Amino acid sequence: MTNDEGAGNLSAPSRVAARPTRRDEWLRRQRRKAASIAVVSTVATFGALTWLITTSSGWSKVKTIFFNADRFKQDFPEILGYLWVDVKLFLQTAPFILLWGMAIALCRNTRNPVLFPLRAFAAIYTDFFRGVPIILTIYLVGFGIPKLGLLHGDFHVLWFGGSWNSPYLWGPIALVLAYSAYVAEVFRSGIEGVHESQRAGARSLGLSHSQTMRHVVIPQAARRVVPPLMNDFLSLQKDVALLSVLGIIEVFRRATSIKDLTGNFTPLVAAAVIFLALTIPETRLVDWYTNRQRRRTGGSQVV
Amino acid sequence: MKRQIFATAAMAGLLLAACGDDSTTSSDTTPAAESTAAPADTVAAAVGTDAAACAAGKTLAADSLTIATGDPAFPPYVIDDKPESGEGFESAVALAVAKELGFEGDAVKWVRTSFDTAVAGSDSNNDFNLQQFTINDDRKLVVSFSDPYYTANQAVLGYVDGPGKDVTKLSDLKSLRLGAAAGTTSLQFILDVIKPDAEPFAFNSNADAKTALDNDQIDAIVTDLPTGLYISAVEIEGTKVFGQFPIDAGGAGDQWGLLLSKDNPLTECTNIALANLTASGELAAITDKWMGEWTQAPTLSKD
Repeated sequence: MTNDEGAGNLSAPSRVAARPTRRDEWLRRQRRKAASIAVVSTVATFGALTWLITTSSGWSKVKTIFFNADRFKQDFPEILGYLWVDVKLFLQTAPFILLWGMAIALCRNTRNPVLFPLRAFAAIYTDFFRGVPIILTIYLVGFGIPKLGLLHGDFHVLWFGGSWNSPYLWGPIALVLAYSAYVAEVFRSGIEGVHESQRAGARSLGLSHSQTMRHVVIPQAARRVVPPLMNDFLSLQKDVALLSVLGIIEVFRRATSIKDLTGNFTPLVAAAVIFLALTIPETRLVDWYTNRQRRRTGGSQVV
Repeated sequence: MKRQIFATAAMAGLLLAACGDDSTTSSDTTPAAESTAAPADTVAAAVGTDAAACAAGKTLAADSLTIATGDPAFPPYVIDDKPESGEGFESAVALAVAKELGFEGDAVKWVRTSFDTAVAGSDSNNDFNLQQFTINDDRKLVVSFSDPYYTANQAVLGYVDGPGKDVTKLSDLKSLRLGAAAGTTSLQFILDVIKPDAEPFAFNSNADAKTALDNDQIDAIVTDLPTGLYISAVEIEGTKVFGQFPIDAGGAGDQWGLLLSKDNPLTECTNIALANLTASGELAAITDKWMGEWTQAPTLSKD
């Protein structure tokens, strides 16, 4: 598309090198006005908040306990050293969530009466794992399954390897179980969001159910589900910190350990900064993609 | 005479200084800080190293010393729940202190109190109480403590036939999967001193660490010796404390002191008694005998 990002965007698409119309002029003025109001409003709001916080009676305490510069300098590099653990757990988990979530969604979408058990399974599965707090799932899977004592020793699959009972194995599995329930629902809503006439058209052309799904429904659904999926993965990036309950030392666990030893909460602020540095670019990416998607699918903006 | 006092004081100072980070708060409350009446050297000049002279007239009953302990008292602190026998760590420490204070044999009376009423400062039936009372600032608001008679070492615990059974030195632990409760000196000890090859684990609590040990998710738990002894004796069958780390390896844990009623003048006398026992090596001998040999938790060598 040759759509430029500027003012022409909202008028009729790509009128090449057209002189700005009166409407364009008006729109530009409106935007400028909106921007200056936004600046004033922002300054006023933050000014008031800053005044309120810094003049509160406990502010000096908050400063030493939560925003202690010396502790921050000392703890930040130490905590940052564990960032890789969070990123690695995320990368190991995300692909399996996509696959398993898709599988559950497809199970739920079957129409053949013989496959009713699959549909029932998918419905119960999503109800269950969306209903149980993730942290409980992690606790129960991470400590409970190894407790069965079914598996001993080590495993090696491709480049993965480790102890069968390792929290590094069961922690991510618990996350996959829980998150794929959400992701399956996202997929399902995407699939069901494809208009019934598309299916009808495909079937009338002689495609089977599975062919219809593969060639007509899924490709259209996939595009719709990307923004909500990215949202879920953003949330996953933070939720890997929950695996610390299984003993895994990552950013959050390292920060709370230092907090417990020193009685100072600054390491938690450092951990928050680290997570923000990780998730803000991801959030921007999701926003950018969502906007692009909206423009592409022809949704218009109201000023 | 005077030089001996200085030597004693210096020894006590060294002992405290050797106790690592945690002790900085409690070493502020050396006898000089606790005795509100007179500067330390005046006291020393008046009574010399004679704790008995100091104690004269300061006990509940003039001709006897009343010592309290828990009900029941248990090994290795008191053997067979008979504190008067001198068998067991705290029993031996108490009798040694009593002797320094000038009380022996029938002049030492024992009473029992609960842990909770003692730390709440609501007991008045004894001269001092000992049942593993950790010295801390909160408790000091309502009771007084002597200088520490024990500083808990870090120790390593696992199944009798587990991978840790042959450890004799600190470096033997590098290859083990180690776990500790998060936010404890034990975790810091693993990260800073042991520096294991495999990722260590930090659990929410000792209960989680025990589950992980039972699940074969970790090979050994690092905890302070008293907790380790309790876990192996009471909580998980088939485990034992493989060894304790020398105090100069770092990671010193809780310090225990004799508990006295708030601002009891006898406090400074017990400090003199403990300093004498430290200087003569008797306290170290008692500690080795009951917290080392008796518990069969050998001190691991440092390299």
